[in-house]
Amino acid sequence: MNITIDYFLILSAVMLGAGMYGFFTRRNTLAILISIELILNAADINFAAFNRLCQTGIEGYVFTLFSIAISAAETAIAIAVMINIYRMLKNNYVDELDTLKW
Amino acid sequence: MTYTLFIILLPLISFLVLGIAGKWFSHKTAGWIGTLALAGVTVLSYYAAYEYFFVIGRDAVTGAFERQVPINFCWLPFFDQGLHFDMGILLDPISVMMLIVISTVSFMVHIYSFGYMKGEKGFQRYYAFLSLFTMSMLGLVVATNIFQMYLFWELVGVSSYLLIGFYYTSPAAIAASKKAFIVTRFADLFFLIGILIYGFYTGSFAFVFDTPEGLASYAQAGFILPLALTLMFIGGAGKSAMFPLHIWLPDAMEGPTPVSALIHAATMVVAGVFQVARLFPLWVTYAQDWMPIIIWVGVFTAFYAAAVACAQSDIKRVLAFSTISQIAFMMVALGVCTELQTGHEHVGSVGYMASMFHLFTHAMFKACLFLGAGCIIHAVHSNEMNAMGGLRKYLPLTHITFLVSCLAISGIPFFSGFSSKDEIITACMAYSPAVGYIMTGIAAMTAFYMFRLYYGIFWGTENKELHAAHHPHETKVMTWPLIILSIITVGVGAYTTLAGFGMFDGYSFGSLISADGQDYRIHFDTSVALTSTIVAICAIGLATWIFKGERQPIADKLYATFPRLHRWAYKRFYMDEVYQFVTHKIIFACVSKPIAWFDRHVVDGFFNFLAWGTNATSNGIKTLQSGRVQQYALVYLVGTILLIAMLLIF
Repeated sequence: MNITIDYFLILSAVMLGAGMYGFFTRRNTLAILISIELILNAADINFAAFNRLCQTGIEGYVFTLFSIAISAAETAIAIAVMINIYRMLKNNYVDELDTLKW
Repeated sequence: MTYTLFIILLPLISFLVLGIAGKWFSHKTAGWIGTLALAGVTVLSYYAAYEYFFVIGRDAVTGAFERQVPINFCWLPFFDQGLHFDMGILLDPISVMMLIVISTVSFMVHIYSFGYMKGEKGFQRYYAFLSLFTMSMLGLVVATNIFQMYLFWELVGVSSYLLIGFYYTSPAAIAASKKAFIVTRFADLFFLIGILIYGFYTGSFAFVFDTPEGLASYAQAGFILPLALTLMFIGGAGKSAMFPLHIWLPDAMEGPTPVSALIHAATMVVAGVFQVARLFPLWVTYAQDWMPIIIWVGVFTAFYAAAVACAQSDIKRVLAFSTISQIAFMMVALGVCTELQTGHEHVGSVGYMASMFHLFTHAMFKACLFLGAGCIIHAVHSNEMNAMGGLRKYLPLTHITFLVSCLAISGIPFFSGFSSKDEIITACMAYSPAVGYIMTGIAAMTAFYMFRLYYGIFWGTENKELHAAHHPHETKVMTWPLIILSIITVGVGAYTTLAGFGMFDGYSFGSLISADGQDYRIHFDTSVALTSTIVAICAIGLATWIFKGERQPIADKLYATFPRLHRWAYKRFYMDEVYQFVTHKIIFACVSKPIAWFDRHVVDGFFNFLAWGTNATSNGIKTLQSGRVQQYALVYLVGTILLIAMLLIF
């Protein structure tokens, strides 16, 4: 069976959709963070897949690594924020954290 | 003659020193600083007068005293050419004469105040304000243009306000100072409008009336020029307390008495007369038809004030109304002057000289009267005549100087008031016998009320209880100015009377100051002189008959016969009440209140509406910021999708 670019794109589209669905529907901040990771990984798969398809160099792989590194850093910050919120408010449901407004 | 600049600078420096650092000086030091500055001013003024009249003297060609402008610089240029405001010093006969009057009276008042204000709180402030006033008044009289005059005009108004309200803990003084300021300010509004009209149409503010191109532009202006002059006259009438703008002057007596002598008798209140005299060439040449305004305002004021003065019981009020009446004499004299040419066949030009002459003599004897009144008030601690009576025993020097001044103001020969008043009446007679006889009658009233005052203070019913409890006495430093001023009164009076009757070849006041600057020899018109003297003596006799005795049956009977007339005159014919009615019931209620309503409800309402509208809109849209992160993300997603859709479609 020949694995074409379509398979990768379908996979990444499914992951993007699942990530977005999770982002909008889950209440727990941790679950939202996981959803964001799914979205980012969908993008990473695309980078890798297109790099392989085009065969011009390694820019796609390099950007994948960048993206992974950035998402790791972002996750660290997000978790730190969440822990602090939880300590102060004893709550990590995103629909209840709505005090940051007028 | 650039040293004349120091005449203005010295009091200014004294004002700044005393005003800024006064509180660290002792009373004595502060008084000396002010008095020495004034001594310097007096010396310089006398020297300037000597140099002007006798060293520079008459111009060889025209035979007149030429105007000298030692200093004149452009202060505020408006355009490249055209209107500009200058500052400078103009010396001509009337301004030099005013320098003498102001410096003499101010110097006397400075000396006198050592005694009168001794130990008062704010002694340094008092001297600082006196210096400010003197500086402003000197600046006013030497102004080279109408704008500089207006500037110093307002400055004298301010110093007058500050000095009337000197006893700022007394509500009456505060009210009086505000009244003086507001009334004169109201009149000055007309002055300003007059200046603006004048400047707009003639293109110049300078007191130069005889250049050919100037004449052409004035003539083109048509009725504009008389209108501007009349508006300026209203300003002068406010300052000089002409009816109906006189109401501030009697109340201004709340200030310290030396201030009344300096500002409200001798100098500031004649600023209006001086202004008309300064613009006189314009009046005569272009506004001859409008001059009856000056005459009839003056005649009515003279009569009204004299009538009120006959019934007042506060001695300073009597003197205040007497001042109003005498200034009105000067105004009338200017009004009846119908030509500028002097000489014996031109009696129409006597008025100008007579007015200035009366200004000079009146300043001296009225200052003496006020300072004398100050001595009396200082001695008995009251302004009311019923606290006095029989004071001739306690205050001999004050008594004599007061008597001299009373004789002068009544117009008795050999006292200065006679010569000047006689010239005024001569000028009035030449204009119209009716005006002449009215003024003679008012002169008789003057003699009557002055001697009513004199007998009420020094003779009459003595308030023995009060005088026993507190022995009235004189202070030496306060009597010296009285003596000097009465010597001036007698000296000038004796000299000018003799000159007027033909001694010294008639060389007297008119030789220095006359309408066209030529040598004008005063010769009394015997019939006028005789009539006014007889009338004055009769009036004095009447006052003696009524008021001299210990008991005054005639006066009491007169009060009983005409209670209403006496009451009306005592209440100043209810002019203050009329003002109260007009301002409160008509202007405040019908004009100010609707304007205030419009301001509060329409103007303020519009801005309140703007603020309210902004507030309401903000409240409405602030719920968009919900604080729910997922909602924001959804909006962002929808927005992105729409954007992509748009890009795809278009």
